[in-house]
Amino acid sequence: MSISPDSIIFWQLGPLSINATLIYTWLVMLLLIVSAWLITRRLQVTTAISPWQNLLEILVCAITDQIQALSGRASDQHLAFVGTLFIFIITSNLLAIVPGYVPPTASLSTTTALALCVLIAVPLFSITENGLRGYLRHYVQPSVWMLPFNMIGELSRTIALAVRLYGNVMSGTVIIGILISLMPFFFPVVIQLLGLITGVIQAYIFSVLAMVYIASASHSKQPVDKRDTPPT
Amino acid sequence: MDYSSMIAIASVITAGLTISIGSIGPALGEGRAIAQALQSIAQQPDEAGTITRTLFVGLAMIESTAIYCFVISMILLFANPFWIHATAGGG
Repeated sequence: MSISPDSIIFWQLGPLSINATLIYTWLVMLLLIVSAWLITRRLQVTTAISPWQNLLEILVCAITDQIQALSGRASDQHLAFVGTLFIFIITSNLLAIVPGYVPPTASLSTTTALALCVLIAVPLFSITENGLRGYLRHYVQPSVWMLPFNMIGELSRTIALAVRLYGNVMSGTVIIGILISLMPFFFPVVIQLLGLITGVIQAYIFSVLAMVYIASASHSKQPVDKRDTPPT
Repeated sequence: MDYSSMIAIASVITAGLTISIGSIGPALGEGRAIAQALQSIAQQPDEAGTITRTLFVGLAMIESTAIYCFVISMILLFANPFWIHATAGGG
Protein backbone atom coordinates (compact mmCIF):
# COMPACT_ATOMS: atom_id res chain seq x y z
CA MET A 1 0.00 0.00 0.00
CA SER A 2 1.21 3.48 -0.73
CA ILE A 3 1.85 5.82 2.14
CA SER A 4 2.02 8.89 -0.06
CA PRO A 5 -0.05 10.23 -2.95
CA ASP A 6 3.23 10.78 -4.80
CA SER A 7 3.12 7.18 -6.00
CA ILE A 8 -0.32 7.42 -7.65
CA ILE A 9 0.69 8.47 -11.14
CA PHE A 10 -1.91 9.57 -13.67
CA TRP A 11 0.26 10.39 -16.66
CA GLN A 12 3.92 10.01 -17.48
CA LEU A 13 6.17 11.34 -20.24
CA GLY A 14 9.85 10.55 -19.72
CA PRO A 15 11.01 12.14 -16.47
CA LEU A 16 7.87 14.23 -16.08
CA SER A 17 4.93 12.67 -14.30
CA ILE A 18 1.60 13.99 -13.10
CA ASN A 19 0.90 12.34 -9.76
CA ALA A 20 -2.02 12.58 -7.39
CA THR A 21 -0.27 15.19 -5.22
CA LEU A 22 -0.07 17.65 -8.12
CA ILE A 23 -3.65 17.05 -9.22
CA TYR A 24 -5.12 17.51 -5.76
CA THR A 25 -2.94 20.55 -4.98
CA TRP A 26 -4.19 22.26 -8.12
CA LEU A 27 -7.75 21.21 -7.23
CA VAL A 28 -7.50 22.86 -3.81
CA MET A 29 -5.97 25.98 -5.36
CA LEU A 30 -8.73 26.14 -7.97
CA LEU A 31 -11.39 25.75 -5.30
CA LEU A 32 -9.92 28.53 -3.13
CA ILE A 33 -9.34 30.96 -6.00
CA VAL A 34 -12.75 30.46 -7.61
CA SER A 35 -14.66 30.73 -4.34
CA ALA A 36 -12.69 33.81 -3.26
CA TRP A 37 -13.32 35.50 -6.61
CA LEU A 38 -17.03 34.64 -6.54
CA ILE A 39 -17.53 35.92 -2.99
CA THR A 40 -15.59 39.16 -3.35
CA ARG A 41 -17.17 40.20 -6.65
CA ARG A 42 -19.83 42.35 -4.98
CA LEU A 43 -18.73 43.38 -1.53
CA GLN A 44 -21.21 45.31 0.57
CA VAL A 45 -20.46 47.71 3.40
CA THR A 46 -24.02 47.83 4.72
CA THR A 47 -25.38 45.40 7.28
CA ALA A 48 -27.12 43.32 4.61
CA ILE A 49 -24.22 41.18 3.50
CA SER A 50 -24.32 37.72 2.04
CA PRO A 51 -23.48 34.80 4.35
CA TRP A 52 -20.41 34.01 2.24
CA GLN A 53 -19.03 37.51 2.70
CA ASN A 54 -19.76 37.10 6.40
CA LEU A 55 -17.76 33.89 6.42
CA LEU A 56 -14.79 35.55 4.74
CA GLU A 57 -14.96 38.49 7.14
CA ILE A 58 -14.98 36.16 10.15
CA LEU A 59 -12.00 34.29 8.73
CA VAL A 60 -9.95 37.40 7.97
CA CYS A 61 -10.79 39.06 11.29
CA ALA A 62 -9.88 35.93 13.25
CA ILE A 63 -6.52 35.57 11.52
CA THR A 64 -5.78 39.28 11.93
CA ASP A 65 -6.55 39.05 15.67
CA GLN A 66 -4.25 36.07 16.04
CA ILE A 67 -1.44 37.89 14.21
CA GLN A 68 -2.05 40.96 16.38
CA ALA A 69 -1.81 38.88 19.54
CA LEU A 70 1.36 37.13 18.41
CA SER A 71 3.35 39.98 16.90
CA GLY A 72 1.85 43.11 18.41
CA ARG A 73 0.65 44.73 15.23
CA ALA A 74 -1.76 43.95 12.42
CA SER A 75 0.23 43.68 9.21
CA ASP A 76 -1.30 43.05 5.80
CA GLN A 77 1.77 41.28 4.44
CA HIS A 78 1.85 38.88 7.36
CA LEU A 79 -1.87 38.35 6.95
CA ALA A 80 -1.41 37.48 3.28
CA PHE A 81 1.31 34.91 3.94
CA VAL A 82 0.06 33.33 7.16
CA GLY A 83 -3.58 33.47 6.07
CA THR A 84 -2.78 31.71 2.80
CA LEU A 85 -0.90 28.99 4.66
CA PHE A 86 -3.85 28.50 6.98
CA ILE A 87 -6.63 28.35 4.41
CA PHE A 88 -4.62 26.16 2.03
CA ILE A 89 -3.74 23.60 4.70
CA ILE A 90 -7.18 23.56 6.30
CA THR A 91 -8.96 23.17 2.95
CA SER A 92 -6.66 20.39 1.79
CA ASN A 93 -7.10 18.55 5.11
CA LEU A 94 -10.87 18.99 5.40
CA LEU A 95 -11.56 17.83 1.84
CA ALA A 96 -10.35 14.37 2.96
CA ILE A 97 -13.98 13.62 3.71
CA VAL A 98 -14.68 13.51 -0.04
CA PRO A 99 -14.31 9.92 -1.26
CA GLY A 100 -11.42 9.31 -3.60
CA TYR A 101 -9.57 12.42 -2.46
CA VAL A 102 -6.15 12.17 -0.84
CA PRO A 103 -4.92 15.33 0.90
CA PRO A 104 -1.85 16.71 -0.89
CA THR A 105 -0.41 17.50 2.55
CA ALA A 106 -0.12 13.73 3.06
CA SER A 107 2.92 13.95 0.80
CA LEU A 108 6.30 15.03 2.13
CA SER A 109 6.80 17.06 -1.05
CA THR A 110 3.94 19.44 -0.29
CA THR A 111 4.81 19.92 3.36
CA THR A 112 8.48 20.44 2.56
CA ALA A 113 7.51 23.07 0.01
CA LEU A 114 5.36 24.88 2.59
CA ALA A 115 8.14 24.67 5.19
CA LEU A 116 10.63 26.07 2.66
CA CYS A 117 8.22 28.96 2.04
CA VAL A 118 8.36 29.72 5.77
CA LEU A 119 12.16 29.34 5.77
CA ILE A 120 12.43 31.97 3.03
CA ALA A 121 9.70 34.23 4.42
CA VAL A 122 11.30 34.65 7.86
CA PRO A 123 14.47 36.43 6.64
CA LEU A 124 12.47 38.25 3.98
CA PHE A 125 10.09 39.84 6.47
CA SER A 126 12.90 40.51 8.91
CA ILE A 127 15.12 42.21 6.34
CA THR A 128 12.33 44.41 4.99
CA GLU A 129 11.67 45.56 8.53
CA ASN A 130 15.05 45.74 10.27
CA GLY A 131 17.51 45.74 7.38
CA LEU A 132 20.16 43.15 6.67
CA ARG A 133 22.28 44.04 9.71
CA GLY A 134 19.29 43.89 12.03
CA TYR A 135 18.38 40.48 10.71
CA LEU A 136 21.91 39.10 11.05
CA ARG A 137 22.19 40.58 14.53
CA HIS A 138 19.45 38.34 15.85
CA TYR A 139 21.61 35.30 15.08
CA VAL A 140 24.23 36.39 17.61
CA GLN A 141 21.66 37.09 20.28
CA PRO A 142 21.97 36.68 23.26
CA SER A 143 25.69 36.00 22.71
CA VAL A 144 28.01 35.20 19.80
CA TRP A 145 28.46 31.63 21.03
CA MET A 146 24.80 31.01 20.14
CA LEU A 147 25.48 31.45 16.42
CA PRO A 148 25.83 27.74 15.51
CA PHE A 149 22.85 26.81 17.69
CA ASN A 150 20.67 29.48 16.09
CA MET A 151 21.60 28.33 12.62
CA ILE A 152 21.01 24.67 13.41
CA GLY A 153 17.80 25.64 15.15
CA GLU A 154 16.59 27.42 12.03
CA LEU A 155 17.12 24.29 9.93
CA SER A 156 15.63 21.89 12.45
CA ARG A 157 12.55 24.12 12.89
CA THR A 158 11.93 23.93 9.16
CA ILE A 159 12.34 20.15 9.07
CA ALA A 160 10.09 19.82 12.12
CA LEU A 161 7.37 21.92 10.45
CA ALA A 162 7.42 19.73 7.35
CA VAL A 163 7.53 16.38 9.16
CA ARG A 164 4.90 17.37 11.75
CA LEU A 165 2.29 18.26 9.15
CA TYR A 166 3.22 15.31 6.93
CA GLY A 167 3.14 12.81 9.80
CA ASN A 168 -0.21 13.98 11.13
CA VAL A 169 -2.02 13.97 7.78
CA MET A 170 -0.36 10.81 6.43
CA SER A 171 -1.16 8.89 9.60
CA GLY A 172 -4.84 9.78 9.22
CA THR A 173 -5.06 8.41 5.68
CA VAL A 174 -2.95 5.29 6.36
CA ILE A 175 -4.81 4.32 9.55
CA ILE A 176 -8.16 4.46 7.76
CA GLY A 177 -6.77 2.21 5.04
CA ILE A 178 -5.57 -0.30 7.62
CA LEU A 179 -8.76 -0.19 9.71
CA ILE A 180 -11.07 -0.74 6.75
CA SER A 181 -9.42 -4.11 6.23
CA LEU A 182 -9.54 -4.95 9.95
CA MET A 183 -12.72 -3.51 11.49
CA PRO A 184 -15.01 -2.02 8.85
CA PHE A 185 -18.27 -0.09 9.16
CA PHE A 186 -17.99 1.90 12.36
CA PHE A 187 -14.51 2.36 13.69
CA PRO A 188 -13.02 3.90 10.52
CA VAL A 189 -15.69 6.61 10.70
CA VAL A 190 -14.55 7.59 14.19
CA ILE A 191 -10.94 7.64 13.05
CA GLN A 192 -11.91 9.74 10.03
CA LEU A 193 -13.45 12.24 12.47
CA LEU A 194 -10.23 12.28 14.46
CA GLY A 195 -8.33 12.83 11.21
CA LEU A 196 -10.48 15.87 10.38
CA ILE A 197 -9.95 17.36 13.85
CA THR A 198 -6.20 16.74 13.58
CA GLY A 199 -6.15 18.36 10.14
CA VAL A 200 -7.76 21.56 11.46
CA ILE A 201 -5.47 21.71 14.49
CA GLN A 202 -2.37 21.10 12.38
CA ALA A 203 -3.38 23.87 9.97
CA TYR A 204 -3.67 26.23 12.93
CA ILE A 205 -0.37 25.04 14.43
CA PHE A 206 1.52 25.44 11.13
CA SER A 207 0.36 29.02 10.59
CA VAL A 208 0.80 30.01 14.24
CA LEU A 209 4.34 28.62 14.27
CA ALA A 210 5.14 30.42 11.02
CA MET A 211 3.91 33.66 12.59
CA VAL A 212 5.88 33.01 15.80
CA TYR A 213 9.08 32.46 13.81
CA ILE A 214 8.51 35.62 11.77
CA ALA A 215 7.74 37.66 14.88
CA SER A 216 10.76 36.36 16.79
CA ALA A 217 13.10 37.24 13.92
CA SER A 218 11.83 40.79 13.52
CA HIS A 219 11.92 42.53 16.85
CA SER A 220 9.38 45.28 16.81
CA LYS A 221 10.09 48.60 18.44
CA GLN A 222 6.50 48.94 19.51
CA PRO A 223 5.31 47.27 22.71
CA VAL A 224 4.43 43.67 22.01
CA ASP A 225 1.25 43.74 24.02
CA LYS A 226 -0.78 46.84 24.59
CA ARG A 227 -1.23 45.78 28.19
CA ASP A 228 2.53 46.18 28.68
CA THR A 229 2.37 49.97 28.37
CA PRO A 230 1.99 51.64 31.74
CA PRO A 231 -1.39 53.21 32.44
CA THR A 232 -1.35 56.94 31.90
CA MET B 1 17.61 -18.13 7.99
CA ASP B 2 18.06 -16.18 4.78
CA TYR B 3 18.64 -12.49 4.25
CA SER B 4 15.10 -11.38 3.45
CA SER B 5 13.51 -13.10 6.43
CA MET B 6 16.08 -11.52 8.75
CA ILE B 7 15.17 -8.12 7.29
CA ALA B 8 11.48 -8.81 7.79
CA ILE B 9 11.91 -9.94 11.42
CA ALA B 10 14.13 -6.98 12.31
CA SER B 11 11.85 -4.46 10.60
CA VAL B 12 8.66 -5.65 12.23
CA ILE B 13 10.14 -5.86 15.73
CA THR B 14 11.81 -2.46 15.37
CA ALA B 15 8.62 -0.86 14.06
CA GLY B 16 6.69 -2.10 17.06
CA LEU B 17 9.36 -1.00 19.53
CA THR B 18 9.79 2.39 17.86
CA ILE B 19 6.18 3.45 18.15
CA SER B 20 5.64 1.99 21.60
CA ILE B 21 8.69 3.50 23.27
CA GLY B 22 8.48 6.69 21.24
CA SER B 23 4.99 7.58 22.40
CA ILE B 24 5.68 7.26 26.14
CA GLY B 25 7.69 10.47 26.49
CA PRO B 26 5.40 12.81 24.55
CA ALA B 27 2.31 11.47 26.29
CA LEU B 28 3.80 12.17 29.72
CA GLY B 29 5.00 15.59 28.61
CA GLU B 30 1.62 16.55 27.17
CA GLY B 31 -0.12 15.44 30.36
CA ARG B 32 2.06 17.77 32.41
CA ALA B 33 1.58 20.63 29.95
CA ILE B 34 -2.21 20.36 29.97
CA ALA B 35 -2.33 20.02 33.76
CA GLN B 36 -0.30 23.19 34.13
CA ALA B 37 -2.42 25.02 31.53
CA LEU B 38 -5.66 24.04 33.29
CA GLN B 39 -4.28 25.27 36.57
CA SER B 40 -3.30 28.58 34.97
CA ILE B 41 -6.76 28.98 33.46
CA ALA B 42 -8.29 28.30 36.86
CA GLN B 43 -6.11 30.99 38.38
CA GLN B 44 -6.61 33.57 35.61
CA PRO B 45 -9.78 32.83 33.64
CA ASP B 46 -9.66 35.96 31.50
CA GLU B 47 -6.28 35.00 30.07
CA ALA B 48 -7.81 31.75 28.78
CA GLY B 49 -7.33 32.78 25.14
CA THR B 50 -3.58 33.36 25.41
CA ILE B 51 -3.10 30.30 27.59
CA THR B 52 -5.03 28.05 25.21
CA ARG B 53 -3.14 29.32 22.19
CA THR B 54 0.24 28.84 23.88
CA LEU B 55 -0.90 25.41 25.04
CA PHE B 56 -1.72 24.32 21.51
CA VAL B 57 1.61 25.53 20.16
CA GLY B 58 3.45 23.74 22.96
CA LEU B 59 1.47 20.54 22.43
CA ALA B 60 2.38 20.58 18.73
CA MET B 61 6.07 20.86 19.57
CA ILE B 62 5.84 18.00 22.08
CA GLU B 63 3.84 15.89 19.65
CA SER B 64 6.55 16.23 16.99
CA THR B 65 8.76 13.57 18.57
CA ALA B 66 5.92 11.06 18.60
CA ILE B 67 5.22 11.89 14.95
CA TYR B 68 8.86 11.28 14.04
CA CYS B 69 8.67 7.82 15.65
CA PHE B 70 5.41 7.10 13.85
CA VAL B 71 6.87 8.07 10.48
CA ILE B 72 9.88 5.79 11.09
CA SER B 73 7.69 2.82 11.93
CA MET B 74 5.49 3.46 8.89
CA ILE B 75 8.57 3.58 6.68
CA LEU B 76 9.85 0.34 8.22
CA LEU B 77 6.57 -1.43 7.53
CA PHE B 78 5.42 -0.02 4.19
CA ALA B 79 8.30 1.69 2.39
CA ASN B 80 11.28 -0.26 3.66
CA PRO B 81 14.20 0.20 1.24
CA PHE B 82 16.04 -2.92 2.49
CA TRP B 83 12.94 -5.05 2.00
CA ILE B 84 12.41 -3.63 -1.48
CA HIS B 85 16.04 -4.36 -2.33
CA ALA B 86 15.81 -7.89 -0.96
CA THR B 87 12.57 -8.77 -2.77
CA ALA B 88 13.88 -7.28 -6.02
CA GLY B 89 16.47 -10.02 -6.11
CA GLY B 90 19.33 -8.50 -4.19
CA GLY B 91 21.49 -10.77 -2.05
